[in-house]
Amino acid sequence: MEAKLRAVMPDRDLLQLYEQMVLCREFEDSCAEQYTKGHITGFLHLYSGQEAVAVGATHALHRDDYILSAYREHAQAIVRGAEPRRVMAELFGKGTGICKGKGGSMHLFDPALSFMGGYAIVGGQFPIACGLAFAAKFRNENRIAACFFGDGAVNQGNFHEGLNWARVWELPVLFVCENNFYGIGTEVHRSSALASIHKRTCGYDIPSEKVDGMDVIAVYQAVKHAAEWVRENSRPYLIEAITYRFRGHSMADPGKYRAVAEVELWKARDPILTFTKRLIEEEVADEDQLECLKAKARVIVKEAVEFAEQSPWPDDSEVTADIFVGEQEVCPWQ
Amino acid sequence: MAIMTYRDAINLALREEMRRDPSVVIWGEDVALYEGSFKVTRGLLTEFGEERVKDTPISENTIIGVAIGAAMGGLRPIAELMTVNFALLAMDQIINHMTKIRYMFGGQVNLPMVIRAPGGGGSQLAAQHSQSLETYFMHAPGMHLVVPATPADAKGLLKSAIRDNNPVMFLEHELLYNSKGEVPDAPDFLLPFGSAEVKKEGKDITIVAYSRMTILALAAAEELEKEGIFCEVVDLRTLAPLDTAAFVGSVKKTGRAVVVEECWRTCGLGAEITSRIYEGCFESLLAPVRRVSGLDVPMPYSRKLEKLCIPQVEDIVIAVKEVTAQKY
Repeated sequence: MEAKLRAVMPDRDLLQLYEQMVLCREFEDSCAEQYTKGHITGFLHLYSGQEAVAVGATHALHRDDYILSAYREHAQAIVRGAEPRRVMAELFGKGTGICKGKGGSMHLFDPALSFMGGYAIVGGQFPIACGLAFAAKFRNENRIAACFFGDGAVNQGNFHEGLNWARVWELPVLFVCENNFYGIGTEVHRSSALASIHKRTCGYDIPSEKVDGMDVIAVYQAVKHAAEWVRENSRPYLIEAITYRFRGHSMADPGKYRAVAEVELWKARDPILTFTKRLIEEEVADEDQLECLKAKARVIVKEAVEFAEQSPWPDDSEVTADIFVGEQEVCPWQ
Repeated sequence: MAIMTYRDAINLALREEMRRDPSVVIWGEDVALYEGSFKVTRGLLTEFGEERVKDTPISENTIIGVAIGAAMGGLRPIAELMTVNFALLAMDQIINHMTKIRYMFGGQVNLPMVIRAPGGGGSQLAAQHSQSLETYFMHAPGMHLVVPATPADAKGLLKSAIRDNNPVMFLEHELLYNSKGEVPDAPDFLLPFGSAEVKKEGKDITIVAYSRMTILALAAAEELEKEGIFCEVVDLRTLAPLDTAAFVGSVKKTGRAVVVEECWRTCGLGAEITSRIYEGCFESLLAPVRRVSGLDVPMPYSRKLEKLCIPQVEDIVIAVKEVTAQKY
């Protein structure tokens, strides 16, 4: 039986989860619109449907725990605290973007938030997460590295090298697989000999579990427990969150490899809808309150778009800046 | 000044920098307990302990990726690749990640890390263990590329590399490990990047070289001097940044140039240097620039065949004689 929401966390936090999921959904819907208008170009991978994973997991982590992700990472950055308007400006390629317009949709990064990047080579973040965890351990910092990745990443050598390495060096890494069943158009059982991804860690002596990635509270509870285990034991752990993306792999993908009925079935389990229902049923909030929060999210996203539109393009001098740091220049946070 | 080997000079640079800065750490395959397959890391585990000197699984891409993460997290890692040939297994982390992270994240993070890798041919290790891959790394913007020829340069450049806040690829030549030379003792003996050194002055022709090719060029120059040809040997020391002014300046003086590269000729770094000479001082040239290069074949095992694939002193001598006899 499911625990009552209020037994898990206070109302304020429950509403924050709702607010963040709604903000992410609104943000992604707006990105799609701006893409069709030609304001956002290049690759654009939207997170719609998977919100419960980023929101539930991030809420369960410490503020200074490292987060790394792949290229479907707008939500992860925003939930961690990146300003939506600076993320949107990045997507527009503007100089006010979170990475000065040099990274774009797939390479969001903000070290002040311990958000250590979106990586667009599948599985590229595994060893980097291990390195950050090593540095944290070496420096006696009480932080772990949470490494998010998709089901498509688990057949890269980096996944296996990273898991093995994290166990051998006893590194505090929490691996979070967002299994949305498709690596672009290839369904997980057509690419993975063992489609139940969390079971793969037995070869590396790493504990793991599966969680309903459409349920923000379930994700929160699983990650909370796992993150504390990782922190206490300085050992890796893996969570497989079963989820679904409501849109194609990217804006270029009409998603014809998935049956309409399948998509509809998952949409009926929309993490925002189900959470809304629970919040109302358990009288944490009423419809008006939730509608009000949704309206607030829409305003934030609208302002983000306006900010991005009005922001200046990067100066031409930026094209050669930032490759190297000068001898004297050192990042203040380092 | 002390006389020591190239291997010991590198070992000393590592020790001095690890003593100086507790955030310097080193890892790689068999670098700790086994003390390195070329014994470059001898004694480090004993002196600095297992937290700072670490053996790794045979997972080259992850060896580099973990260094990237550790550098982001505030350490100054040195990642040793057992040989540069294995860098090809790590090209994803080296090229797709290490060289791009600072730029694509808008300059918000530094990667103060060094990759050390022995390489080069001439030990009869056959096709998969004899490559000279310097051009591969020189091609990608985003890292410094160091190729020392002498023990002193190896020490001074490695110390600079470890203190640098940017990623550095430090290529050691396997055949130079036992070579000896004078090495300054000063604890802050640092050599700058992008500063070639004229290892021998001359008036008739410029030989541009790097790493072991510099040693061969100096031997060739000595031989040629007996015949009245005075070569100026420019040792590049770093390929990125490339000290174009140094070799173009030298060629302006001598009017002739031979470029020596151990790597394959096709699209090799010699082509880039030659091109820069033409762009920089075409009007000063008295003869076409000549390249002495590695042969465009996978390295054979047999000693007799291997010799045909790697530039030899006599190849440089012949090239210099031909170029000095030529006129436009």
